[in-house]
Amino acid sequence: MEKTTRALTCIVCPRGCQMQVTLEDGVPVSVCGNICPRGKTYAEAECTHPVRTLTSTIRLQDGRILPVKTNGAIPKHLLFDAMDIVGGLHPAAPVALGQVILQNLLDTGVDVVATADAE
Amino acid sequence: MKTVTTDLVVIGGGPAGMSAALAAYDQGIRDILILERDNALGGILRQCIHNGFGLHRFGEELTGPEYAARDAIRVKELSIPYMTDTMALSLSPDLEVRATSQTNGIFKIKAKAVILAMGCRERPAGALGIAGNRPAGVYSAGTAQKFVNMKGYMPGRDVVILGSGDIGLIMARRMTLEGAKVHAVCELMPYSGGLARNIEQCLNDFDIPLLLSHTVTRLHGKKRLEGVTIQKVDENRRPISGSEQYIPCDTLLLSCGLIPENELTTEAGIALDRVTSGAIVDQDRMTSLSGVFACGNVLQVHDLVDFVSEEAAIAGKAAANFIKNQKTPPISVSLNAGDGVRYTVPQIVTEAKDVTVYFRVTDVQKDVRIALYDGDTCLLSKKKISVAPGEMETLSLSPEVLKEANGKTLTIKIERKD
Amino acid sequence: MMIYDVAIIGAGVVGAMVARELTRQGQSVILLEKASDVATGASRANSGIVHAGFDAKENSLKAKFNVAGANMMASLCREMGVAYVQNGSLVVGFDQEDQQTLEGLLKRGVENGVTGLALLSGDEVRALEPSLSEDVTCALLAPTGGIVCPYELTIAAVGVAMYNGAELKTNFAVSSITEEGGVWHLSNGEETVCATYVVNCAGTHSDDIARMIGDDRITITPRRGEYILLDRACEGLVSRTIFMAPGKMGKGVLVSPTCHGNIIVGPTAVNMEEKDNTSTTAEGLAEVRRLAQKSVKDIPFGRGITIFCGIRAVGNTGDFIIECPRPRFVHCAGIESPGLSASPAIALYVAQLLQKEGAVLSIRADFDPHYTPAVHFRHLSDEEKNDIIARDPRYGRVICRCETVTEGEIVQTLHQLPIPRDLDALKRRTRCGMGRCQGGFCTPYVTEIMARELGVDELSLTKSGGDSPLLLAATKTAKGGTK
Repeated sequence: MEKTTRALTCIVCPRGCQMQVTLEDGVPVSVCGNICPRGKTYAEAECTHPVRTLTSTIRLQDGRILPVKTNGAIPKHLLFDAMDIVGGLHPAAPVALGQVILQNLLDTGVDVVATADAE
Repeated sequence: MKTVTTDLVVIGGGPAGMSAALAAYDQGIRDILILERDNALGGILRQCIHNGFGLHRFGEELTGPEYAARDAIRVKELSIPYMTDTMALSLSPDLEVRATSQTNGIFKIKAKAVILAMGCRERPAGALGIAGNRPAGVYSAGTAQKFVNMKGYMPGRDVVILGSGDIGLIMARRMTLEGAKVHAVCELMPYSGGLARNIEQCLNDFDIPLLLSHTVTRLHGKKRLEGVTIQKVDENRRPISGSEQYIPCDTLLLSCGLIPENELTTEAGIALDRVTSGAIVDQDRMTSLSGVFACGNVLQVHDLVDFVSEEAAIAGKAAANFIKNQKTPPISVSLNAGDGVRYTVPQIVTEAKDVTVYFRVTDVQKDVRIALYDGDTCLLSKKKISVAPGEMETLSLSPEVLKEANGKTLTIKIERKD
Repeated sequence: MMIYDVAIIGAGVVGAMVARELTRQGQSVILLEKASDVATGASRANSGIVHAGFDAKENSLKAKFNVAGANMMASLCREMGVAYVQNGSLVVGFDQEDQQTLEGLLKRGVENGVTGLALLSGDEVRALEPSLSEDVTCALLAPTGGIVCPYELTIAAVGVAMYNGAELKTNFAVSSITEEGGVWHLSNGEETVCATYVVNCAGTHSDDIARMIGDDRITITPRRGEYILLDRACEGLVSRTIFMAPGKMGKGVLVSPTCHGNIIVGPTAVNMEEKDNTSTTAEGLAEVRRLAQKSVKDIPFGRGITIFCGIRAVGNTGDFIIECPRPRFVHCAGIESPGLSASPAIALYVAQLLQKEGAVLSIRADFDPHYTPAVHFRHLSDEEKNDIIARDPRYGRVICRCETVTEGEIVQTLHQLPIPRDLDALKRRTRCGMGRCQGGFCTPYVTEIMARELGVDELSLTKSGGDSPLLLAATKTAKGGTK
């Protein structure tokens, strides 16, 4: 059994806790330095399957730019693939804040949604 | 010239202005007018398409446009009057605001109270005095953000960023995701000015080097930027000769500090704090001009929009009480920035109630105590694992402490915990 | 083939004034400029001083044209809507030796025909300018000294010439000059312009132009001068232009208000090899700060909004070189300071030289000397602001918040000769982006208006013409990492 530790900065909230994760054979067994439970969840995920929320923009059919996001975190290694997909989305206005632009982005189960209105 | 009268004018329709107006509305004020210079409410949040806003205030993570929409929707639902594409030109000591717009021309608004919520601007390249030509491709990070996020244009492909403020970090990630290569983020200080989580998710995620104690000392290229010379700096922030390094790039983004936009404030004769560059205010965020309040980044540059909204709500509520002429017996307590503290907001307290004091520290320190002193007597203190100039601190004062301190100056200090 | 009466090489302030004057005197004029806009060389970046005329050596061309030109400046600026203020100037000294220098300047000034000169004591001059340092012991007051915006003056003069029929060709760098049958052929390698007369107003490149006609007597040494510009909030630091007495420490630097309410500090004076190198240096700027503090105390350098470097074209004779080296060809070379002040008088002299060379000059009855730049919204009264907004609502939309420049002004300027085609050109004309945020907020709005009004793609806009694109691609199409 191999025991390792990993230092992480929590990105869940602006506090940015400095955390130490202890891993046994790559599996997180303990987290310290976090102030809240969300830090622990983040640290465990970060050591096994890191995920990020993607925010970007799309160009509407009429040429206007609209901000979008993934409505959940997606695997970090898919960020650039996701950017390519998002770059190809050109819905027609009107689009409402929260409206789903693309379902199930890259089979992640996460949708791309508008984060602003376009009338 | 058209003159209108109103109870409350709010200058600025960003997060501070909207929150202040909503707080005044909640106190029963209906005769409100928000002036916004851009074509929609929301301010700078409209171009901050990244997430991370609202955890503190709404308990969920929102993007900038989503956060702005929360307030904008309420403003519209409550029919709080606002004018977009309208720029305030002046504020007079008798609370008369002059503004201009395409539809109204120049007009005057006479108000019982005014809330200043104009936000801040970025320190420009010229003010940094970087040697070299002035080629295209040198932008403040916020300008680049507007081009990328609101207009869909890339100001560059190969990028160096000077300054590790949050906008710079956020733009490093944004440009990278859009296909640009960010070669380095240089920071003059030995620590970053941005949030730790932004260094993690904006730089480390993309292997973008953060070069602390480095600055850009020369711009190369005549017409378009072709590269920059970066240098290490010593403890006095002077470039160390021999440490020059040339980085080819077509774009330099600057994230070197924000400056509260207090031109209107100054012209109205309102006293400013030399450290914050914002107005000197009391616990209600009232300035030295009675009936004029300031909040948000025009008062002090905040790290988080949640705190902007919080501060603006204080100002909005107080402005409402001012309009309704509700006064409690006044006290007078001055707050002083002591060892390790750069400034405090408010700078004075005139009412014995729960008051949260915001302040910034001068240096990065670990294991410290934030302490409040009356002369040599420590009134209260709290422990902190670490403090940094990039992260705003707070200290809560109770009505009892304030009542006791009437007529005195209280000092906030950073002490070593031992 | 079209043969112009006169081709002028270089659209700086001298070329502009010559173009205006020769157009006024009935000539068909073409102005050839290698840059993408007028006023991009020495006329873009200098102190903007209309010198009283005590500095130049008696009987020199500099002395003669300085005083004559300065006398013409007020009415010329009024006709062309250019900001000009006769704010007076002071040369301050710090010891007995400087006192003698000032006495010498006074004597020379009187001989040059400068009026109103007076010597003051340290206390007397501090009563006029309270910000002067305690080290100042004496001063020469020249009430006729003034300030003008050098690029606005150039733009306006070119505009007047163009509205009266002159043509402007930008991005035209003359690379060879030949003469055939009494006609000069000026080529940029791709295109040739023909004219009976040529006036060389090429600034730092006037020696290069001279060599194209086999005249190698002229050598221009580019001399760089670095400046620091302070925020308008510093207005009032000094009201007159403060020079330092020339002495062992060189000419020192000046501290002066500008026509736009800023404070300008500089320049350094360093000779150099490269002619178009307007880069600033850390050493130069440190020098500016160090020297300026000697004459004016507590200069708020923390309120600096920009730094820049100008190039002065220093000739090899110590005087302006204005002559005919060949028939029907006139040099205006080595026009260093006080060239801006002298430019209107130089133009009159060039006309005389051309007349001697056979040009038939007569003042046109239909010449319109007026230029109407877009009004600066900021300078209008509220009533005037409302009038103009009522006529064109775009004047009610503020684009540049620091300088209060409206969409109306920008649109008007984009359709006014000489047409600004890049961001810096528009900035010189409207001042949008010239304020404390240096275009941080307004640039994305300005580029949108420019693209719309000029009928071009926003991605094609440049900062300063040529290869200076502001934007490189649409999002999702850029690829970095090739550098």
